[in-house]
Amino acid sequence: MDSEVKVRIMIAKPGLDGHDRGAKIIARGLRDAGFEVIYTGLHQTSEQIVNAAIQEDVDAIGLSSLAGAHNHLFLQVLKLLEKNAAGDIIVFGGGIIPDEDIPELMGIGIRAIFRPGTKIEDAVNWVKTNVKPRVTSQESEVRSQNPE
Amino acid sequence: MFKEDEITKIKRDTEKWGEKLEKSLAKAPEIKERFSTVSDMEIGRLYTPEDIQGFDFQRDLGFPGEYPFTRGVQPSMYRGRHWTMRMFSGFGSAEDTNKRYHYLLSQGQTGLSVAFHMPTLMGYDSDSPLARGEVGKCGVAIDTLKDMEILFRGIPLDKVTTSMTINPPAAILLAMYIAVAEKQGVNKKQIGGTIQNDMLKEFIAQKTFMCPPKPSVRVIVDTIEYCTKEVPLWNTISISGYHIREAGSTAVQELAFTLADGIGYVQASIERGLDVDSFAPRLSFFFNAHIDFFEEITKYRAARRIWARVMKERFKAKNPRSWLLRFHTQTAGCSLTAQQPYNNVVRTAFEALAAVLGGTQSLHTNSLDEVLALPSEESATIALRTQQIIAEETGVTNTIDPLGGSYFVESLTNRMEEDAMEYINKIDEMGGIIEAIERGYPQNEIAKAAYHYQQQIDREEKTMVGVNKYVMEDTISIETLKISPDLEKIQIARTREVKENRDNGKVNACLDKIRSACEGNGNVMPPILDAVKEYATLQEICDVFREVFGVYRDPGMF
Repeated sequence: MDSEVKVRIMIAKPGLDGHDRGAKIIARGLRDAGFEVIYTGLHQTSEQIVNAAIQEDVDAIGLSSLAGAHNHLFLQVLKLLEKNAAGDIIVFGGGIIPDEDIPELMGIGIRAIFRPGTKIEDAVNWVKTNVKPRVTSQESEVRSQNPE
Repeated sequence: MFKEDEITKIKRDTEKWGEKLEKSLAKAPEIKERFSTVSDMEIGRLYTPEDIQGFDFQRDLGFPGEYPFTRGVQPSMYRGRHWTMRMFSGFGSAEDTNKRYHYLLSQGQTGLSVAFHMPTLMGYDSDSPLARGEVGKCGVAIDTLKDMEILFRGIPLDKVTTSMTINPPAAILLAMYIAVAEKQGVNKKQIGGTIQNDMLKEFIAQKTFMCPPKPSVRVIVDTIEYCTKEVPLWNTISISGYHIREAGSTAVQELAFTLADGIGYVQASIERGLDVDSFAPRLSFFFNAHIDFFEEITKYRAARRIWARVMKERFKAKNPRSWLLRFHTQTAGCSLTAQQPYNNVVRTAFEALAAVLGGTQSLHTNSLDEVLALPSEESATIALRTQQIIAEETGVTNTIDPLGGSYFVESLTNRMEEDAMEYINKIDEMGGIIEAIERGYPQNEIAKAAYHYQQQIDREEKTMVGVNKYVMEDTISIETLKISPDLEKIQIARTREVKENRDNGKVNACLDKIRSACEGNGNVMPPILDAVKEYATLQEICDVFREVFGVYRDPGMF
């Protein structure tokens, strides 16, 4: 049995935006750093992202947006997570996000924003420091049955 | 170009020079162990006739306007006419964008280029739930002919040519453009412009897709067939490398995958029964101008030479116009930085210069703020002025292909051609570009190259000024364009009003005709033209496509 619980990260592309260069680079970087990475592919609705995140039992979601719809879409994802009792999934973002939008996004609960010029390593280190495996009810049951 | 005994002597002299150089390098080594382009193609210390042995002036270079067009597609190039200065522009409502077009034309711009917002690009109306938060954000919102009429208000479509960056719904936007022209009293035989209409590179790189590859190509061939007969001055497709490069490909990959896409469209059109010389002269191309100066110049020169050879030798085209690779260029958005944004003016100027030295037919120069938002009027003006300075101050347009004959430039042009042909042959072996795309081959090659480049940046093997070198703590903030939050409501209201005031019976009859054309072998263009004239919306028509052809989903590989 794998004694260490791997952190699971979902990289997601909400909305109609098709720019996936950054999302794929971050997905590869996180995978190479040892995380379990799920990439949603493009053109996902907020509902699809949140459903997949819950089903895949991820610990964090990285949202990528480069076509200007970040304010609307990021908020929608956060609201839906809350509504589905998954508000403890950490959400971070990346892409073309203007300076003036950052305080608002951080205010609603986006934990970090990575913009062009970010080193892969910096994003990876942030995830290492800030994302820990979530303890879901199902998992805690399993764990209590198999004490190590 | 050089006789064999001359080459032998040059070789000897180069060796002697090399020995002397070794001594001085022992004292003062070069600043890097390995010199390479932004695409990581290794570049030698010095190029001599030895590097272009066997180079044949007539066969490999020739004259401008003559086969194989290495030096340019027109006999007089920029001495006869400058390239078309065509700034890609669109934001907010049709009214906002129309105002910007009038401004750009008044400032000496010579052609229009429309940027549509995401819902239009993906085949959705502004009132679709999928459009929430996206209306007018990264381009202009066009739902119906009504919006298109406003977009071109006061712009004479018999005098100005227009390029439209539109892919899955390209046939619909072309139909709307024809309808606007007719309302202005301009016949479709007189209008000029381009629809991007290149779905293969969407699957490879830009990722605005709707239906699967095969039906997508079928609709493209419909537009090619229709325009060949009905809209003879229209460029039916702009086979694009731009987005392939922006997705992180190397220069060689951009060149190879673009030309492989081109081969795919020519093949599909011939299979439809079209004569190659009837449609090939209206094919056009679109390349990126990245920051590595000589890599870019040689990419364009190699592109013309490969295409001429492919069209003449592989597809047996007889009309010399079929051999021409005419292309638009846009400077590289991905080379710009949010940090120290004024440096972007300098980057864009060098990139634009490379495009001009490479013989482009039209050019968009990015604005310094494009990495942050859509360009403001002021920054778009600086970008346009950059082109005007190159055209009218620098003197580079005085002679044709000024770099022709340079040992380095000719050698690198040869290498571009060889390396691109290797990719093209590999794709042929896979059974063609559609099969290669279905296997994810070009997508994976690009993702690998993008990751490799990012690692080189992170390790500081490649420099981005202001990002990994010469970093400044203070951020410079610049004023960027904002899209009004009210726009979404206003646009939705307009589209609903259009729907209320049209004859729905006629609209439905038109949509049925489009459906039968899609299901059968009929050309989709005539019924689409009828439908847009009845104010059918973009999404209503795209829904028919989705229903009949199915929807393509991103496989989500990384």
